[in-house]
Amino acid sequence: MARSLKKGPFIHHKLLKKVDELNDTGKKKVVKTWSRASMITPEFVGHTFAVHNGKQFVPVYITETMVGHRLGEFSPTRVYRGHAGATKDRRTR
Amino acid sequence: MPRIAGQDLNTKKRGEIALTAIFGIGRARAIEILTRLDIDPNEKPEKWTDDQTRAIRKLIEDEYAVEGTLRTEIQLNIKRLMDIGCYRGLRHRRGLPVRGQRTQTNARTRKGKKKTVAGKKAAPRK
Repeated sequence: MARSLKKGPFIHHKLLKKVDELNDTGKKKVVKTWSRASMITPEFVGHTFAVHNGKQFVPVYITETMVGHRLGEFSPTRVYRGHAGATKDRRTR
Repeated sequence: MPRIAGQDLNTKKRGEIALTAIFGIGRARAIEILTRLDIDPNEKPEKWTDDQTRAIRKLIEDEYAVEGTLRTEIQLNIKRLMDIGCYRGLRHRRGLPVRGQRTQTNARTRKGKKKTVAGKKAAPRK
């Protein structure tokens, strides 16, 4: 079920505070965060976030097209390097 | 035989069904279009007057994304997902199911025909 519009998008309050500070001071700094569930809002555009994937922080540079997605969508939690002996016939992109 | 939205030819089926031959128009939209124009959805295209056919064509062209336009739109949406590098985009790139379905078994529509892996123990019954 979709989230109630009344509440607005979910953004972790501490993360939001940090972003606001960055915007106020005009600084660009990588923001480390564990809050994968936070929605990307237009204020995030142009900043880089280090989003935790359970093991390490994946740097994510936010562009306009990413608005409305969640931070975790850009930081994969699983590693798949193919099965043993499998030949590489997949398209690489 | 009326021609609507490009190559689509409609047959002797009921109007409501005939319109679904157009990519982007299903039953719901077909009925919506016909009722908006005060055409009986049961009326077959062969019985439509030229004016009615024209009205239908115009309405579809003006207000609905169908056929090529719709296909391009869908492709662009998918491309966007792939370009921003989000999880759904990665799944599209890999040709795996996008919406969290299981992949240990099944998912053959996305994964294509089975690729047998040498040395893997065969399942009890395939």
